[in-house]
Amino acid sequence: MLYLYDGALDVPTILKDWYIQEEKSNYGAYIPFIGTIRDEDGIDGLSFDVYEPILESWFKAWQEKAKAKGAIIKMAHSKGDVLLHQSSYIAAVFSPKRRVALEFIDEFVEDFKASAPIWKYDLRDGKRIYAKDRSTAIKGSGILK
Amino acid sequence: MVRVEFLGPIQKEPLDLDITNLNELASILQDDIEMLVWLENSAVAVNDTLVSTREYELKDGDKVVLLPPVCGG
Repeated sequence: MLYLYDGALDVPTILKDWYIQEEKSNYGAYIPFIGTIRDEDGIDGLSFDVYEPILESWFKAWQEKAKAKGAIIKMAHSKGDVLLHQSSYIAAVFSPKRRVALEFIDEFVEDFKASAPIWKYDLRDGKRIYAKDRSTAIKGSGILK
Repeated sequence: MVRVEFLGPIQKEPLDLDITNLNELASILQDDIEMLVWLENSAVAVNDTLVSTREYELKDGDKVVLLPPVCGG
């Protein structure tokens, strides 16, 4: 499942909810990744734009990959502003055995960074500044140049 | 008409254009000097499916979006 929230994620509640959703599903491993905003470079926080139609189709393709390995994947992400030491991203894999989940979460998060249609901005002095240097062009970009 | 939308940090209002393929869209956007930097690194989706070639026919009612470099998480 894909969950989008306005502002920071309530990490303890989401992790608990996901645990309860699957505690009787006979998965041996539940491996979450939680992304938290660090205090660095003088930012006040981060802000995110999300394009939901393509995010949903991208996530659906990953759900199919997970299913092929007997696993499931869940993801939560913020829209809008998230302040320092708050969290904007959780991904989690449930699988029968740990090795599949450990490998899958790594592949998933790497592709998320490279492909998910989400744009990040630094918050500084009340301004929203596109994090251009940390952003990655989606595969196949530049066809209109 | 084809609707063209610019996502994320591209500060440009949507366009409604009478075009029949992505080559025509490229020509129009290349005339906009502020778009040149984004054309270098943006992906293109038609009706919310990413496309990998400019040789792509468009029909009335299609929606094209430009997706600049991403950074979730």
